[in-house]
Amino acid sequence: MLITILFYLFSAILIGSALGVVLSRNPVHAALFLVLAFFNSAALWLLLEAEFLGIVLVLVYVGAVMVLFLFVVMMLDINVAQLREGFTKHAPLGALVALIMVGEVFYVVWVRHLGLSLPLDAPVWPADVSNTKALGAILYTDYLLPFELAAVVLLLAIVSAIVLTMRRRPGLKKQDISAQVAVRRADRVRLVKVASEKRS
Amino acid sequence: MIGLPHFLMLAGVLFSIAVAGIFLNRKNLIVLLMCIELMLLAVNFNFIAFSRWHHDLAGQVFVFFILTVAAAESAIGLAILVVLFRERRSINVDNLHTLRG
Repeated sequence: MLITILFYLFSAILIGSALGVVLSRNPVHAALFLVLAFFNSAALWLLLEAEFLGIVLVLVYVGAVMVLFLFVVMMLDINVAQLREGFTKHAPLGALVALIMVGEVFYVVWVRHLGLSLPLDAPVWPADVSNTKALGAILYTDYLLPFELAAVVLLLAIVSAIVLTMRRRPGLKKQDISAQVAVRRADRVRLVKVASEKRS
Repeated sequence: MIGLPHFLMLAGVLFSIAVAGIFLNRKNLIVLLMCIELMLLAVNFNFIAFSRWHHDLAGQVFVFFILTVAAAESAIGLAILVVLFRERRSINVDNLHTLRG
């Protein structure tokens, strides 16, 4: 009973915040609604006994990716009014497509309901099984090659993000430390022999 | 009693909202990226629900990799966005027509 109430509570907030992401006028509000959506998804994943992924969603998504989104949104000076043009024009089409998709999903999953039961009230994993430990046990054995490929993907993302945003501005005055250290006395000092003048 | 159909339905509704968001905010590149994140979240819901239903952790491993790829995708997407804003002073999708053949 408690799990049913929690499921409907978290789902309602999740759907509401997803609508907030889509409909809000300000991109900062959209990003904050997305944070709320991720928090509620993490709670629902905890109900599904995916504890590790629920915590990873909060740490990685809310902690890193959404902060990156907020940083970019606040750094760019965006003309919101111009970007909102055509919002109401495309609203009926978007709503129609979304309603058709929801109807199809409803028909497949709910009406034709092929005996898919997953009672949430009884846990499927025994209480002494640690989700993180079990996930790690298969991640580092069966899925070792995909795991290393994921590391390569992340490295690629780091390098490409740096390469894309790095720029060389001509005429920028900056110190060249190695040139400063490698300088010799002969490069800087010039001894000039000046003959003294006689007082007339 | 909450069952698998509830979770599949929730994921379907979430995905549809994200698709509608792509239709609605078709000029704002940042909100488009956020809608893609919502779609990936909906897909992850399906994976985790089926993982619990089949009593198999492979679905959760899939979600782990999807999270990795989604983080890389949003980092590169936002980097492209910053470069684009620096060049054009706008993130309007309508201005991106230089690659038109």
